[in-house]
Amino acid sequence: MMKLNRNQQLAAAALTVCAVLPLAALSGCSNSEASSTPSGGITPQQFADGVHAVMMADRTVYATHVVTNLNKQDAPVKAFEYWEDTENSIPLPAQMFRMGAELVDENPEAGFTYALRSKWPLNDQHQAKTELEQTALDYLSDNPGENFYGEEELGDQKYFVAVYPDRAVAEACWSCHNEHPNRGDDYPEFAKDDVMGGVLVRVPL
Amino acid sequence: MNIQIRSAWNAFRQSPHAPKWLTWAAINVSIAAYFGFGLVAPASVSKTAWLPGETTHGHYQIEMDCNACHDPGRSADGPSGSDVMQDACIRCHGEQLDRAKDTHPAKKFRDPTNAERLAVLDAQNCLSCHQEHVPEQTLTMGLTLPADYCWHCHQEVADSRPSHRDMAYDSCATAGCHNYHDNRALYEKYLDDHHGQPDHLELASLPRRSTAASLSGVFRPDRPLAIDQADHPATQSVDQRVLDDWATTAHARAGVNCTHCHGGNGDTAWSEAVAMESCQQCHAGQVASFQTGKHGMRLAVGLPAMTPDQARLPMHAGQAHAQLDCNACHPGHRFDTQFAAAEACLQCHADDHSLAYRDSAHAALWQEELAGSGAVGSGVSCASCHLPRIEGETGIWVNHDQNANLRPSETMARQVCTHCHGLEYSLSALADPRSVASCFGDAPTERIESVQMAHAWFLQRQAKRDARLKKP
Repeated sequence: MMKLNRNQQLAAAALTVCAVLPLAALSGCSNSEASSTPSGGITPQQFADGVHAVMMADRTVYATHVVTNLNKQDAPVKAFEYWEDTENSIPLPAQMFRMGAELVDENPEAGFTYALRSKWPLNDQHQAKTELEQTALDYLSDNPGENFYGEEELGDQKYFVAVYPDRAVAEACWSCHNEHPNRGDDYPEFAKDDVMGGVLVRVPL
Repeated sequence: MNIQIRSAWNAFRQSPHAPKWLTWAAINVSIAAYFGFGLVAPASVSKTAWLPGETTHGHYQIEMDCNACHDPGRSADGPSGSDVMQDACIRCHGEQLDRAKDTHPAKKFRDPTNAERLAVLDAQNCLSCHQEHVPEQTLTMGLTLPADYCWHCHQEVADSRPSHRDMAYDSCATAGCHNYHDNRALYEKYLDDHHGQPDHLELASLPRRSTAASLSGVFRPDRPLAIDQADHPATQSVDQRVLDDWATTAHARAGVNCTHCHGGNGDTAWSEAVAMESCQQCHAGQVASFQTGKHGMRLAVGLPAMTPDQARLPMHAGQAHAQLDCNACHPGHRFDTQFAAAEACLQCHADDHSLAYRDSAHAALWQEELAGSGAVGSGVSCASCHLPRIEGETGIWVNHDQNANLRPSETMARQVCTHCHGLEYSLSALADPRSVASCFGDAPTERIESVQMAHAWFLQRQAKRDARLKKP
């Protein structure tokens, strides 16, 4: 094993503290839970659960307090699929989520990727891309309320994959989806709290 | 030792073949010196011998500055292919791609599920599709891979777009329908929004420029200067006509005096020529955009200004050595934007498209505007189409990159043509080589179907939705 001098040891210790503490806080775990993992850090699942909690909080707030509120007020500004080329329009919740995911993709420090997936995607980009993703979406459908965790290998790289149910949290979600012209013939009539798809977090191992 | 060398040299001199050997050695040293100098010389024609092949129409002007693309010292990531730095591409084209809302940015492929696709076509690397120095395999837009590349990712397009069934994959980007990077004029909602427009719009006019608002300098029209306030050094004799011209321009009205452009105010020496940097003091956006187009790209990398004799397009021989800087189009002290908009272009350009301009309907409208019988903005000069008026944070300004809406040419539909023409007509004209060659003197012979197809698709979706909701 490579020997570290005193300064390097101090730097490594500082880095470990800096890296672990925020992630532990992010995951919602107590310090004792985080330290119970074999490496003294957090597991990929704890990490995925943590970042997912943040994503869903933002997503819920946007859908409920921004999009739904605008609709209720009959405001001139609306969430609209073609928002970039339309005056007085803002991105749909799913588009906002995808743009955030793309920014994370661009950040080499992020260390993970995330995406929306659905068995009934209104946008083809959100359909399952791998066998594991398809399995995960089926699992979420068959086991309401549960998360799916697994591992897969893509391009010689192993990943930890967590998929969380994506529920209809605000009226704007299910009403827009149910009325969308892109919906297929087998599209379900969604209602409050229905699982409309999955939020996928992929962490390289 | 010295004695041995001297005796060997004397023996060589006395040899009957000595002159031949000396000549051979001199030739070899000269050849080595020529190529060696080319390696270490600054950007210049000395490097010609090291070019591995002809460069594309987009890069040949700067091909003598090898380091513009190959300098490892400017790259943090190292070579990405053929010793070319990926960030060299982004340095020059990154902002253009952002502005074009690039539909296939590298980030789109970072999703790990694309790993298998990237193994076939590394779409994150510019050089996968745009190699240089391979003229025998270079297509339009500098594409150097087979034109059916869309197939690799869009094999199932007909599932969601039945209208696309049986269409050839090498036709995706050639029929006014799709472009890999810039789809602003072609994405389906925009196409549908412009469905049903007449060929010639009733209100046909370009946006008005807000020149003063777009200036970056401190000079403003509220500080006008009179002719007797010209501050050229007393030792400098100035033609009265020059002073008269200056006094009639926006420069004098904005308080821009002789020394602001020519120097000679104590800190700097007077110079007859005006450097581009002087113009840049106030016209930063214009100068920056000028340097991203073919007219100014040599200046951007520190090479001498472009001259028409270096062009690959046909040019008038009399202008062969004219230097392309700000003064080439805005000469003298009038900075005449009307001259710059058409006559300046036509004094150099001699290709079919340019030569056909004077007889075109566009030129007739331009003449009417110049004569005052046509409304301001109703005329169409060369600049109307090639130096698009862009809405920026401070108003409408003129993008001086004359290639900006030629990457690809469909870009011009949205930025220029649709101010006066329907979108379908615009796309059809831009896709018709005959129409382009005649400077749009000939109406397009075939209609591009993308507008109709997008509209039919939206109608179909709406009908399906209405039927499901049981609306009448």
